[in-house]
Order: sequence, then C-alpha cells, then structure tokens
Amino acid sequence: MKVSLKWLRDYIDVKLTAGELAESLTMAGLEVKSIQAIGGTWDNVVIGEVIALNPHPNADRLKLATVDLGTEQVTTVCGAPNISLGQRVTFAHIGARLIDPHTGEAIVLEPAKIRGVVSEGMVCSEKELGISESHEGILVLPPEAPIGVPLGAYLGDVILDLDVTPNRPDCLSVIGIAREIAALTGEPLCLPEIHYEETEESIDSFATVNLAEPDLCPRYCASLITGIKIAPSPSWLQQRLNSCGMRPINNVVDVTNYVMLEYGQPLHAFDYHKLKGRQIIVRRAGNGETITTLDGSERALNPDILVIADKEEAVAVAGIMGGLDSEVMDKTDTILLESANFNQATIRRGCSHLQFQSEASIRFDKGLNSGLPLLPLKRATQLLLELAGGRAAKGIIDVYPGKSEPKLISLTTREVKRLSGLKVNIDEILKVLKALGFECQEGDSGSQILVSVPYWRSDIKCSADLVEEVVRILGYEKIPITRLSSPLPRQESGLSLPAQRSNLKEKLCNILTGFGFQEILTYSLVSLEKLQKLSPKLELKLPPLKVANPMTREQEYLRTSLRAGLLATLAHNQKFEQAGIRLFEIGKVFLPQHHPVIASEAKQSQEERELPQEKEVFCAVLSGARAELSWQADKEPLDFFDAKGIVENILNQLGLKASFENSDDEGLFPGRGANIIVEDDKVGIVGDLHPKVTQAFELSNTICLIEIDLEKVLTKLTGTKEYQPIPRFPSVTRDIALVIDEQVSYGGVEEIIQSFPLVTKVTLFDLYRGEQIAEGKKSFAIRIVYQSPSHTLTDEEVDQTQEQMLARLHQELGATLRS
Amino acid sequence: MTLCLEIPGFLNKDNIAWQSMLKQLKDLHAQAIEELNKVDNPRELELWRIRHLGKKSSLTQILRSLAALPLEERREVGAQANEIKRALESSLEEKGKLLQEALLTSPRESQRLDVTLPGRPLPTGRLHPTTQILKEICDVFKSMGFQVIEGPDVEWDYYNFGALNIPQHHPARDMFATLWIDVGMGEKARLLRTHTSPMQIRLMEKERPPIRAIVPGRAYRYEATDATHESMFYQVEGLAVDKGITLADLKGTLFEFCRCIFGEERKVRFRCDYFPFVEPGVEVAIGCLACNGAGCRLCGYSGWLEILGAGMVHPDVLARVDINPKLYSGFAFGLGVERIPMLRYGIDDIRLFYSNDLRFLRQF
Repeated sequence: MKVSLKWLRDYIDVKLTAGELAESLTMAGLEVKSIQAIGGTWDNVVIGEVIALNPHPNADRLKLATVDLGTEQVTTVCGAPNISLGQRVTFAHIGARLIDPHTGEAIVLEPAKIRGVVSEGMVCSEKELGISESHEGILVLPPEAPIGVPLGAYLGDVILDLDVTPNRPDCLSVIGIAREIAALTGEPLCLPEIHYEETEESIDSFATVNLAEPDLCPRYCASLITGIKIAPSPSWLQQRLNSCGMRPINNVVDVTNYVMLEYGQPLHAFDYHKLKGRQIIVRRAGNGETITTLDGSERALNPDILVIADKEEAVAVAGIMGGLDSEVMDKTDTILLESANFNQATIRRGCSHLQFQSEASIRFDKGLNSGLPLLPLKRATQLLLELAGGRAAKGIIDVYPGKSEPKLISLTTREVKRLSGLKVNIDEILKVLKALGFECQEGDSGSQILVSVPYWRSDIKCSADLVEEVVRILGYEKIPITRLSSPLPRQESGLSLPAQRSNLKEKLCNILTGFGFQEILTYSLVSLEKLQKLSPKLELKLPPLKVANPMTREQEYLRTSLRAGLLATLAHNQKFEQAGIRLFEIGKVFLPQHHPVIASEAKQSQEERELPQEKEVFCAVLSGARAELSWQADKEPLDFFDAKGIVENILNQLGLKASFENSDDEGLFPGRGANIIVEDDKVGIVGDLHPKVTQAFELSNTICLIEIDLEKVLTKLTGTKEYQPIPRFPSVTRDIALVIDEQVSYGGVEEIIQSFPLVTKVTLFDLYRGEQIAEGKKSFAIRIVYQSPSHTLTDEEVDQTQEQMLARLHQELGATLRS
Repeated sequence: MTLCLEIPGFLNKDNIAWQSMLKQLKDLHAQAIEELNKVDNPRELELWRIRHLGKKSSLTQILRSLAALPLEERREVGAQANEIKRALESSLEEKGKLLQEALLTSPRESQRLDVTLPGRPLPTGRLHPTTQILKEICDVFKSMGFQVIEGPDVEWDYYNFGALNIPQHHPARDMFATLWIDVGMGEKARLLRTHTSPMQIRLMEKERPPIRAIVPGRAYRYEATDATHESMFYQVEGLAVDKGITLADLKGTLFEFCRCIFGEERKVRFRCDYFPFVEPGVEVAIGCLACNGAGCRLCGYSGWLEILGAGMVHPDVLARVDINPKLYSGFAFGLGVERIPMLRYGIDDIRLFYSNDLRFLRQF
C-alpha cells in the first residue's frame, strides 16, 4: 500500500520526519518498505503564470515566454507546443536540479543562450521534474496554483510504501494508517465530515436489493445519484490517485477508488439505466454463465463465484471486478453506488478460479468487517455530488443479514503482564486502545476493562489480540529482556531416541569427515528418470511419491534413495576434480506406506500410516585416486576394501559387530558387493556400483558405494557400554600360513579361528597366490593372538588349541598348513 | 750373547714378565684411549668395544692369563688390569653418551630434510555449510535448555495450516506457496511442509508443559528459484510452553541467540509482525552486516536484515492441543538457516547450497 504523507496530513498532524514516521510504523507492525520523496530536488523551481508569449526572433518553433513569478518577471525560451497565455506553469531558475529528458540523468540548469536569446531559466515538463515520463509538453498546473510558491511546497510529497500484513486490511487505507499514527504519536485524528443533501424521492422507488446468499454477502449498501455529469476528476484527486499508484479514469470511478483508498472499503458504481429490472441480486453464478468484465475479457463463471446480477444476467463479479455492460460511460447520468461486504473465502476462491486479482479483491480477501460499508458509501456519495453534480436519492439501501452485536472482550493489566512481561497500568491501556478507536468500559476492580472492537477492525478476537495492540503501540522496545525461568522439560534417563539419533548422525559426520569425506545435502525431490537409472534394468521397485504441482521435472518425486543425489553430485564434480572424490549424505528417504517392504515395520498410529515413512539413511560414494597426486602418494585407485574399511571403522566406533555376505542389491556389480549384517539383520550394503548405473549417470572410474539404514542401526545400539577389564596376563602371538581352495572365502576361516575362546585377535596379514602354491589354491598368512583372562598361557595350551584349530580348518574348509 | 742377555731375564722370568705386562697394559690403555678419541659414531664405538673390551681383546687375554702368575704378581697385574678395564668401560660409557648427545643435538648432513617438500597428502573432509550452522544454532539453544527433535517433511494440511490458525482460504495462505503431494480422489491432502511450525502442534499433542524444544529441518515452497529463493531450505523452529512464559522471555532468548551467532556488537531489532499462529507476533532483524545500518542493496536500504519470525503461541493453537491458554503461555519462533551463512560469508546465491559444487563446499 502506497500512501501519500500529504494525504495523511488531511487527517492528522504529522510532526515526525518521514524517516521517524517510517521507523515508528515499522516497529508497530506496519512495515515501511520504502520512502519516496517527490520534489525533494525542486529547490529552485517555483510556480508562475505565463503573462506574455512572443515569437523567437531567430526560430519559428520557439517562443519567448514571460513568466510572472510574483516578485519578478522572467523571460525564457520555450519550445513546448502546449504553452499558452494565462497558464500556471513551473519555472526552474538557473541552478535548479532537473532531469535531462534525453539521458534521464540528473543535471543542474546552467545559463544558456538559445538562438541568440538569453534564457533566464526554463519552464519544465513532468519528465524534467522527475514526476513522470511525460515530455510532450510542459507541465500545466491548475489555475488555483499559487504564483511565486516553491513547487515543492505545492506539489511535493512523500510516498510511504507499506507492507500491510494480511490481518490488517483496515490499514490498506489512508485513514487506517492515520489512525495508527494517531495512536503512536498521540495526535488527534480528524475524519472528514460527511453531509449531503438528498432529494425527496426515496432510493427504494429506484431499486431493490435481494441477497440470495446472505452467508456470502453479509451486507449490501447502495446509494443512488441522478443527473450526474461524467468528466475528468479535478487535478488534486488525480494527483492523489497517482501518488497511490492508481490511474485516474473519470470523476465517478475516481471517487470510488479514492474512497476505497481513504477508508479501505471497495465501492462499485453501476450505470443505473443498464441494470435491467431495477434490481440487484447477489447470487452464485450459474454453471456455464459468462461475463465480460471491465477489462474486456469474457470470463467463464461457476457456482463457486458470487456475482452481482440484475434481473437477467450478471453485471459484476462480486468484490472482484465490474462487468463491461454496466460500466459507467461518458453518457451515464444515473449511478447506483455499491458498498458491500463479501465472504472472504468466496472472494479468494473466485480470484483463484478467474486467475485475477483487483484492488477490491485484495481487500475483500483479507476479510473486511461488515460494519464498514455504510460510512464510505456516504463519503463517496458526498464527493460525487461535489465533483460530478447530480442529486442523491433519499436514503440508503442497507441489507444487512449478517449483522451481529459488537464483540466485548475483557482485558486486565494482569493479562497484559502475563503475556508480554510488560507492567502497564490501566490508564496506559485505555489511552492506547481509545486512540486506536476501541470503546472501553472500565470494570469494577480498576485493573479490568471491557473492550468493544470498532467496526473497521476484523482482526481482534481475543484478549491476546488486545495485548498485542497495547504492547505494539507502547513499543516492543519497552518489553524487558528476561531469561526463561520456567522448569526444564522432563529428561529421559540416558539418551532419548531423538538424542540417540542426533548423536549417531554427529558421530557419522565426525568419522566420515575425519576420513576425508565431504558432506553434501541434496534435494528431497528428484526426477523419476534419476531414480530409474539406479537400476540397471531401469526398473523402479519402490514407486515414489509424486508432487502434484512440481516446479520442474527435475524435482517431481520424493526420493526413495540417496543414491541418485550422490551420484549426480559425483558426476557434476568429476568434471572439475582430478583427485579422488569422497562424498556422503545423511538424509531422509520417503517410502510410501503401501509398500510391502515397510508394511511389517514399526507399528504406527492409523494416521501416521498414511504419511510416507521417512527413514534416515547414510550413503557415501568414493571414487578415483586414493590420494591426491603427490611425490609421495599412494597412486592406487580407491576400491571396495577402502569402502569396507570405512564401514568396519564406523561399526567398530558404534560398538557393533558385523559380518558381510554377498549382496544381490541390483545397484551393485554382481560379485563385488556385500550386505552388512548386524545381529542377523541387514543394515546396509557396501560394494562397487553396477557399471550400467555408472554409465547411466555418466560417471567415470569405479564407484564404491556405502549405504546404511540408520533406523536399523538405531535399533541395534544398546546405548550403554560395559567396561571390560584390561587383561592382566601376557598374550602369545602365533603366525600361521594356510593353503586353501580358491572358492573358500576368508570369512569362514576367521570364524573358525575366532570360535576358540583363547583367541583374542585375528589378523590376516597376507594373501598370496602364485609360485609355490598349487593352481586353484591361495595362501592366507594369519596372525593369531592368544590370551587368557585368568592365567599366563603355557606353550602346551597354545599348541593344543592351535592343533584343534588346524584340525577343524582342515576338516571343514580343507585348509592345510603351508610347508 | 743374546742368550746371555736373555738368561737373567729368564732367570728372573716372573719379574720380567710382570714388568712387561704392566707396560703392555699401560700401552693398551693409552692406545685404546687414543683410538676412542677418534671414534665419532655408535657403529665405530661398538667395534672399539669389541676390539678393546671384547672376548678376544688383549685386555681380556691378559686377564685370562693372570691365573698363571704367582700370587703376588697376579695381585699386582690383576689390580692394574681391572683398573684399566674399569677405566675403559667408563670411557666407553662416557663416549657413548657423548655420541648419543651429539646425534640428538646436531644431526648429520644425510639426515637433513628438505622441509619445503610437501607433506604426504591426506584427504580433507568437511561438513556442508548448512550442517555447520545448524550445529551452531542447535548448540546455542541446547545451552538454554532446549531439546532437539525432528519431524516429518511430508505433512497433513491440518498440521501445516489448519492447526496453526490457517484454515482453507485464509489470506495468510498467500504467505506459503505449497508443494502438494499427488493423492488419490477422496484422500486427505498431504503436502511438503512449508515451514517447520507443524512440529509445534505435534510436540504439544505429545508432551505436556514444560516444553522447551527446537526443531531443525527442511521446508519446501512452490517457488521459482533465483539468487534469494530456493524451493527447499532449512528452518529451525523453537517452542517453549509453560506457566508464566512471556514475550520478555522470548525477547531474552532471541537476543541471546543473536548475541551468540552475530556477536555482542550487532544491533538487534524486535518489532511487531503478524503470523497467524502467534499473538502477539514478532519479527527479529539484525543490523545489516554489509552496511552496518547505513542502508545498502543487501538490506533494501532499510539498514536491517530480517532473520526470524516469532511470537506468543496463539491461545486458539494452545486450546486446540488441550493446553489451557488461560493457565499456560508459550512462545514460538522460526528462523531461516541458510540466511545466516549467506550473510556471514557474503554468499550471494542461495542455489549454491544444494547444487553441491565441491569448489563451493570446500570453502567452509
């Protein structure tokens, strides 16, 4: 909402500077986005009258104009086609700051000789003054413009651009803002006096109003004026509309707009003679009904849209836009002026159907008070009689089915203190509320009042609303600064689940960044294509949730896997990165509830079941050289065992024991991927990405992938750790070399060795194939540490254990000691 | 003649032998010391030890041959030999210490390094700037007794809007352009939460006062992206409900937050604003980091940068979750996360955050 300071001064004496005023309004909830000074640069521009016009001796198109400035007369060269004798014009002295009409840049007027004649200044166009883009001719001021007065004093203004919050449609009006200023500054508010003559003929003999939908139109007021003369509005009115960003049209339309800006109540003028059957019917539009609106476009209506109709057809879309057929034209002589209240939701629905908003609808859709229409209607009638002539029919039509008793709200000083922490006495409260137009009755106790909400406010419903009114006008800066002193919330013993979850995530972040992984965060929304590309067969096992109104195809589906985002990020960065890349993300995947994979999981309430399961997953990718290019570096590429090492480290730090088995995850290269098993439960996978997936994401190199389901890991974390005593007796270390069939995997070997209670540590330190080993065999070199918690081991004990161990390894796996 | 000459010696064999043995010992000692003086590294020192104190050394030979001497001479030569042995041993020890000392204090040329050669490279891992700031924010509130919880990104219309006093067709819906989930006919409307505020409701449905929690998380908007708008962003919601919580407590909490995040000197503005689910409503802004309040493009020439919205939980919201608004009060706030690093580091395009270019991420 743009508001002119000059206009505001009609209602209130503003003593603050524009900056102070803006600051004060902003603090109180009406944010001033910008302050625009009109005429701030017009230091040397004054108003004058053209008293003589003579031809220029040396140029046909130029004239010599003599301008009377009151105290002096000056002569200037002027080329404007519209200059004529007797005009009030703007005259810029030498030194005036103007806009160069050709370049648009600020200039300072210098003395000039034009075709041999000295010009003492110049008569200005709107563009030169910076008022508008118009440069076809000079700016001609109205005849009442005072001669000799600086232009700034006459035309200058300050425009405040306010960001009015949706709860305050009353502040989409000059009076609404003036009232705020009155409350903030303590200056009295002076509202226009409304009084006009009426004829003997009652308005009821001209028209009737019928509300078919009283719920959607709680009130409809109308006045009627005959013998009106359509003409352009006077310049002051035009100027005011312009200053608020509205285009002047004619006196009738301009008055309706002016009063809307003044009071915040939209009004509409119908050409009375075009209303068939002399009646107004407010009804829902019919199916298939259409209307051509003022902007000339034909609009299809439906029963969700409320219309103003005459006996035959819709003449306006209620609260949104008038119809072309009943528009006020140059020949219009009788108008019916509407000032009504419409249901806010209906207006919103109507606007969204029609894909259209107007100055009227943006006010109605905030929910105006049904008490508002009458006064602005009278004000507009008064102005029309003054500006467009005519006679007002007697009385006003006021159909008001939605009328209700004004609401009384009780407020106490204690309540103000309880919510705001600000200690105020009842007089301060009364002063603020009265200045804002609330009527207050003092209660018996002296600390309580009963407040009735004024007819222009629609946002005050409870005592908290009144507390805000009091505090914002007294000033939020007066609120003390205190620390929370209430008791802390209940704390579960140990870690609550949310705390465990955030601990787990933080731990993962620490481990992964420690190993040189960069954390990334990717969009929750992805394209279907990217999810499909995660499968070599381009199949989607999990149908993802779809967004009904996506911004782009790239963000149309909720991710069911973090892999897509990570791989796309990897592909993007491979273009710039020579060295290996290690990335990870911890985030949610969204699994629709009907999917069998999750149907069996954690019990959820009925309602929760319909929302997707949001599961937190850890996913990492690594690819490229193990180290950056360097004189010392390991030049090998990252591989499966780097990835597995990370997994083992993570699980180890979490205190979890894991085993690994071949994975059939279809995103992994068959034979090069493993399931991570904790307590017989698959908690994730680690492996080489399937080459078809690598290709689909346009990646190079082998990509290793880690994916861990954090929800599952959380169920495995016991939360408590138990201390193990440090061994008191020495350990015995033995190395063995086993020859074994190529098909036998190491896991089985280690499992057997670990099964002996005296074994405390098993380390594979070499894997050998080749000379000295038979074809189809391999050799494991394994270091075994034996230790007993109860005594120092003897050689015999260790020998005996190892013998049994070797026997089992031979029996079960066919392993022999390498000779 | 020679024979004659030898005879006395022979006759006086013992005497002569021990005399020469004494001399020999003296020479041995002198030679050993002379050699020891030339030793300048531990390996040579070990060789010297073997030569002079080892099993095959002359000194050891002499000590072994003592048994053949008569008692008196044996005593004298033995004493002498043992004394020399002890002297050599102590010289050895001393020399050893000296060499060790020298080695520790002035390394040899071959041990010198070109310290300007680059170190063995280790990969550097970093957290995403959003995660970093989230941690910073959460830490501040944790220190004030707030618990950290999380909630779903996909929400019911009720939690995102209705329960927060934003029913269908409420004008405040204009403040939240929404991404809707595609649902079948007749199914309840689901959406991607437009703010983290739905968690206020979920939390109050589950817990009774005292409640003091923050909710970090993602929020989504149906919004064309540009340098200052993203369709996905992070927020941190805060909620405190109990008897006697006031706007002054909110002010204190948020001022402390601003002090911790933006520093002691940063000006903070606490003004009235409107959000449907709070009353009174608040907006908190800080003095512009770019112009310090003078007015610039970043702050729209206002001198202030809005960083969060807040207010006292609306009594209707409390009543809806069965918390008596006449007895209890509470405050809530919601702050945009990316804004903080953007201001702090002068990042001029929010889209950089989730496009994950390593050349961007590695700067933090």
